Amino acid sequence: MKIDKQTLQKIAHLARLEFEEESAEAMMADLSKILDWVEQLNEVDTEGVEPLTHMSVEVNVLREDLSQEPLSRERGLKNAPEKDQDYFRVPKVLE
Amino acid sequence: MLSEDLKNKYTVVIGLEVHAQLLTESKMFASDAVAYGETPNKNISVITLAHPGTLPRINKRAVEFAIRMGIACRSQISRYNIFDRKNYFYPDLPKGYQLTQDRTPICKGGAVTVKTSEGARAIVLNRVHLEEDAGKSLHLAGEADTLVDFNRAGTPLIEIVTEPVIRNADEASSFLTEVRKLVRYLDICDGNMEEGSLRCDVNISLMPAGSTVFGKKVEVKNLNSFSNVRRAIEFETERQATMLERGEAVASETRTFDANTGTTAAMRTKEELNDYRYFPEPDLSPLIVSEEWLQRIEAQMPSLPEELYQRFTAEYGLSDYDAQVLTDSKGIALYFQEICSKTQNYKAAANWMNGPIKGSMNERSIEIEDFPLAPEQIAALIALVDSEKVSFSVASQRIYPLLLQNPKLTPLAIAERENLVQESNQDALLPIIQEVITENPAKVAEYRKGRKGIIGMFMGEVMKKSRGKADPKVANKLLQQALEQ
Repeated sequence: MKIDKQTLQKIAHLARLEFEEESAEAMMADLSKILDWVEQLNEVDTEGVEPLTHMSVEVNVLREDLSQEPLSRERGLKNAPEKDQDYFRVPKVLE
Repeated sequence: MLSEDLKNKYTVVIGLEVHAQLLTESKMFASDAVAYGETPNKNISVITLAHPGTLPRINKRAVEFAIRMGIACRSQISRYNIFDRKNYFYPDLPKGYQLTQDRTPICKGGAVTVKTSEGARAIVLNRVHLEEDAGKSLHLAGEADTLVDFNRAGTPLIEIVTEPVIRNADEASSFLTEVRKLVRYLDICDGNMEEGSLRCDVNISLMPAGSTVFGKKVEVKNLNSFSNVRRAIEFETERQATMLERGEAVASETRTFDANTGTTAAMRTKEELNDYRYFPEPDLSPLIVSEEWLQRIEAQMPSLPEELYQRFTAEYGLSDYDAQVLTDSKGIALYFQEICSKTQNYKAAANWMNGPIKGSMNERSIEIEDFPLAPEQIAALIALVDSEKVSFSVASQRIYPLLLQNPKLTPLAIAERENLVQESNQDALLPIIQEVITENPAKVAEYRKGRKGIIGMFMGEVMKKSRGKADPKVANKLLQQALEQ
């Protein structure tokens, strides 16, 4: 499958990543190669086979509905790049 | 307003997505508390804040609450469930994805019955699925930054999605009313729209009447009151009809509602570029609902408004109206049932509920849960009237207000203390009647000449002298006998 410039830009936007314009060609080629390689899987006949969503056989790992204070505000805010009293401060997102 | 002609020319097609916050103690995938109105970032955890290397774990009670809703709507409960990541970037969602159920909604199909002007109608559901709520962003005017509070992040939600079968604002509003009633009866959500525990998105499109091909769908987001849902639908119906009349194409887009102007506006196209790239959440193992678990949840189901309505009309013989009013809220319905377990006079119980009790609740602005009298006391009041010891008006106007002030006393004790027990004892009444007759010789003569109507005047005198305690039936009989002598 060929990745074109538009798709490359869309993927970059969705992942909020920036790239150098001159590396675009190389990235398009790489991504196309990866997809081609993975596409080989399509040769396997999966008729009637349920998709495998989990590698583990474990099911129903549930918790009882009990609340604690697992993390204090102070500790939670400690790693925040920016804070404002009780709030996390982030770059403005409202357009 | 839209002209009738234009209204008849198009069919409105509406689907609703209702988000209900579940009344759990802890979050969907972590043990931080769920609480409204806390100081910012009080209820957080490394999972909620999306620290690396943390693993979510499913809240069992949230699953059971979602299943309760499914059972109430007669949905099919999915036995095999996985969660999916819905990917998008927004600061109130620190993981960069919301955990939701895309492929395997826990409840499929089912319906909620609404009452419309044309009778009952089943609004068919597409699904009810589990997901987590996001945090809250605070955009301060003049500030370069946004402030984020993660108290709400990770709160368990069910999203109730209807099929596109709703036809107008009335039906949409009735549906929301019924959903709110249901989640409250089920004790799974407080249904408080102002606090955002219940939120609604509207999908709406128009097509020419008689057509079967849906028009372009517009989604109106985050409507936080019944009236805003109604206003948004009315505005969109008119906007889209006007555009179609002009031959313009309606764009399929997401719009926001402005409660101040009652209008909707398109959201920025950037947000429209959302491509959620759903995929199964590898950090949560599948959730399997066994037959045994399902049966246990079924066994614990509370009575639903529809069942109570049936019981009130069929078993208690109440009118459609009474039964409707009494099942509006769970608290009222259960209180009424309690009275009815202590009396056979169901009609009287309904009258007490819908009359004096609701009056007191309104007066004091309280819910039935805070009403001071126990259902037994209302049953005792009914018994007091039924035994003809007091009349209904004495019970409701004299005893009941005193009872409210002295909720520990019994109605009979109050009646006796206040000397309100009716005098049906002939020995006590006869002297009074004799007195009235002696004092009014002219009237007695008139009566005996055939003016039987003035017996009312004698009765009035008897009542006055007995200070309202005379049993009217007995007094009337004795009075007649005395006058005919």
